[in-house]
Amino acid sequence: MSLESKVNNFVIRLANVNGTGSASANYMFAKSIFRMGVPVTPKNIFPSNIQGLPTWYEIRVSEKGYLGRREGIDIMVSVNPQSMAKDIANIRSGGYFLYDSTKQLDDTLIRDDIFYFGIPLMQMCNENYTDPRQRLLFKNIIYVGALSALLNIEFEVLQTLLEEQFVGKEKLVAPNVKALQLGIDYVHQNYKYPLDCRIERRDLIGNRILIDGNSASGLGAVYAGATVVSWYPITPSTSLVEAFEEYAKKYRIDPETGKKNYAIVQAEDELAAIGMAIGANWNGARSFTATSGPGLSLMNEFLGIAYFSEVPVVLVDVQRAGPSTGMPTRTQQSDILMGAYASHGDTKHVLLFPSTPAECFDMMADAFDLAESLQTPVLVMSDLDLGMNDHLSAPFFWEKDRKYKRGKVLSNEDLEKMNTRYGRYLDVDNDGIPYRTIPGAHSTKGAYFTRGSSHDEYGLYTEDSAAYVRVMERLEKKFETAKQIVPKPIMYQKKDKSKIGILFFGTSTYSSEEAKDILLLQGVEIDAMRLRAFPFNEDVNLFIENHDFVFLIEQNRDAQMRTLLIGELDVNPKKLIKVLNYDGMPITADFIVNKITKELELMNQYTAETLSI
Amino acid sequence: MTYLRPKFAHPNLPKNKLGFTRKEYEGSLSTLCAGCGHDSISAAIVEACWEMNIEPHKVAKMSGIGCSSKTPAYFLSNSHGFNSVHGRMPSVATGANMANRELVYLGVSGDGDSASIGMGQFVHVIRRNLNMVYIVMNNGCYGLTKGQDSATADVGSKSKSGSINQFEGIDLCGLAIELGATFVAQSFSGDKSQLIPIIQAAISHPGFALINVLSPCVTFNNNVGSTKSYDYVRQHIEATSTVDFVPFMNEIKTDYQNDEVKMVEMHDGSWLRLHKLSQSWNPDDKLSAINALQNSHLNQEILTGILYIDNKSLETHALLGTTEIPLNKLDESTLCPKDGFLEELNSSFR
Ligand SMILES: Cc1ncc(C[n+]2csc(CCOP(=O)(O)OP(=O)(O)O)c2C)c(N)n1
Ligand code: SF4
Ligand SMILES: [Mg+2]
Repeated sequence: MSLESKVNNFVIRLANVNGTGSASANYMFAKSIFRMGVPVTPKNIFPSNIQGLPTWYEIRVSEKGYLGRREGIDIMVSVNPQSMAKDIANIRSGGYFLYDSTKQLDDTLIRDDIFYFGIPLMQMCNENYTDPRQRLLFKNIIYVGALSALLNIEFEVLQTLLEEQFVGKEKLVAPNVKALQLGIDYVHQNYKYPLDCRIERRDLIGNRILIDGNSASGLGAVYAGATVVSWYPITPSTSLVEAFEEYAKKYRIDPETGKKNYAIVQAEDELAAIGMAIGANWNGARSFTATSGPGLSLMNEFLGIAYFSEVPVVLVDVQRAGPSTGMPTRTQQSDILMGAYASHGDTKHVLLFPSTPAECFDMMADAFDLAESLQTPVLVMSDLDLGMNDHLSAPFFWEKDRKYKRGKVLSNEDLEKMNTRYGRYLDVDNDGIPYRTIPGAHSTKGAYFTRGSSHDEYGLYTEDSAAYVRVMERLEKKFETAKQIVPKPIMYQKKDKSKIGILFFGTSTYSSEEAKDILLLQGVEIDAMRLRAFPFNEDVNLFIENHDFVFLIEQNRDAQMRTLLIGELDVNPKKLIKVLNYDGMPITADFIVNKITKELELMNQYTAETLSI
Repeated sequence: MTYLRPKFAHPNLPKNKLGFTRKEYEGSLSTLCAGCGHDSISAAIVEACWEMNIEPHKVAKMSGIGCSSKTPAYFLSNSHGFNSVHGRMPSVATGANMANRELVYLGVSGDGDSASIGMGQFVHVIRRNLNMVYIVMNNGCYGLTKGQDSATADVGSKSKSGSINQFEGIDLCGLAIELGATFVAQSFSGDKSQLIPIIQAAISHPGFALINVLSPCVTFNNNVGSTKSYDYVRQHIEATSTVDFVPFMNEIKTDYQNDEVKMVEMHDGSWLRLHKLSQSWNPDDKLSAINALQNSHLNQEILTGILYIDNKSLETHALLGTTEIPLNKLDESTLCPKDGFLEELNSSFR
């Protein structure tokens, strides 16, 4: 590891205090690396607190383009005395510690295997600024300046970023540039630079963008034609609705009247949020809600009625670490089973698993098309890592003249022409999907009573067992139809090459891809598949069948996806080997490699032992 | 079984201005207990809509769960309906209303549905002044789960099993006025002549209109000692006024008003003529409405009529600033940002 070049290949972590304005400075720093043409993956590691607690911003720089988190910190920037001891302990041997040297460092904090870069940040602020708020804010810009000198980031790149940030507030550019320069000058006068850990300009970004998943989903919902949004604030989903609102304000105001072509209702709780979304979809609008685990728990009953009475609805679950309130600002993929089977009785829901912001954008439109085509809830299973962190992503793409798939809806003319009795739940096309009507469609035809109680093909209440069974079986058939139209899994090889496979989804993708490469370097070739949706289609079944073992990579304790696969596909549980990360931090490639290597060793031992008998 | 209807429509049945007979406003046969107050309210809804010439398909019937919430199946069969989950009709109605502001939203709920499990949603739909009619069929008990006391049961009211309710009853009308409801009325399922014009006025009201209708449960809460029985309600009922609903009659002028008669113009040009029976009460004065209600509690009276009305309030769409065109009528040509915007956005993320 230590022999590897550290040019464009390191991890830097910035330790800040929540609420001190460090976020925008850190973002600018990450963006400057992006602008230097080098792949970058920033992650916020923040507390469930508004002001005062430690928060970290971790940036992985990877010339090879690996975007997962990596263990081991090469450079630690400490602007927070609270967490200093722990921060220093976390640095890799040979790494760097950059700190505010206004106060002398305690002897106990000195390690002899790392390098110390003291910069008197506070002192410099006090000398150069009088306003206390400015002193706090410019401290952040000074360390960005210092870092840029140490890491060889071009001054012009940062200057441009500042100019972009302060469009309309040009007065602020000069003092910021001054702060930047203060940091740079200090390094130039006191240290040897640049470090071996540094940035060299490349052209590795292509047309990619740097954006967080929640903004992508919010924008996707605007493109997808969502008009009614109901929600209840909860981390980490809040910024999704905020993004929707931001883009809606930009693109959805009627130019003539100034009125909104959308309605956002902040509900009283998640029970109401999902109820509103269902009511709006029932009435023919595209509507969604966004939430996280605790909210999804509350939404269960309503998801049941939407499933059983066949009302489309889209729900984005930006998952966080449970159970209960859990770790609200840490990531996990631990709502898989609750999402798949939300609500009492026999229910099943379509799940989508985005893994990049571009996919968040696409899947928002897919989710509405699927929900309306299938007349059922669709849950987009994002997570905190994807939703709240910036990711290097393919740009957003919207096919010109793309039409919304509104599904089987009978219009006024359709109803007018109809001379048979309309049955809301009749399986006319033998695909399990009936025809729906929108309230107000026709003066005498097509009205029906939507209910969560047992109903027959005409929507009439029934306690007749046979009629009930018919509906339940048709819903099953509809789920079979769903398998054909949900996004297919991604195969990483045209033909299987190995007896071993890995299966992953969502934000485990980057690290799984990297792990696959590392294993290949170690001489272990594995096949890979990425799941994108539930219900699983035949490809998933075949992938598992065609491999002796499949490592299933998940970010939860209970291997929830494994349970879902076993239950739904009848696969042999022994074939699915768990690789589980559930500490709330995004999974790393090293973690996956270690686990897989260990398992393979055990297997080899076992085969050796059995053979020697 | 409740009331049977003749199978064939009589050719001479009276028609309203749309050419519909009352049959076009009826629903399927009720399965509620014979004599249940809820059925009378259904009949009043049929009559109110027929008289008002409302196109049935322009009504969306919303309900929660309970005997009361079943009733939308028993009226307006040409209207879409949504029998949702217990206590959460307001949210479904809110979403539906956001999607299409042009329909009449007729919500039906029970006292259990609204005052217990659904209290949160009841409160918030009022705050938002959602344009809907919200009828509580209030029988002081949970009919569908066999008669347990509800949160609107009065202190001291005796249940069928003989137990006495110890807890304070919630006054939905008083609460609604406190919360800023813009139309609050109380009525009795047995008084159709009052209930029908109240429903019509509520439909005309551009905002949240609550009608708390005392609606005895003959099976579980009609016993001696219950304050929600037919006998008790009849003995204690006290009307604020008699109500006439006068649709679209422009010749009516407020100078018809005097101490006894108050004219209220509705948003759609129709009028309410209230023959006041009490001088101290004024329907557009919140305080006097609250006073009148509080006094009625002290005097063990059941005050009925339109208690409070604010006909100048703004409903949810107006407050949110949504377009006049129903959102569910907009398609990709309006909803999807124009070509080229996405490339612009992509560049801004680089
Ligand atoms: C979540 C939930 N809890 C409990 C019930 C059972 N339940 C059905 S109706 C009802 C009470 C209905 O009372 P009310 O709203 O007063 O209607 P009524 O039958 O008296 O007209 C209850 C508790 C349910 N359907 N759903
Ligand atoms: S139980 Fe009571 S509320 Fe229910 S239908 Fe019978 S009388 Fe009406
Ligand atoms: Mg009741």
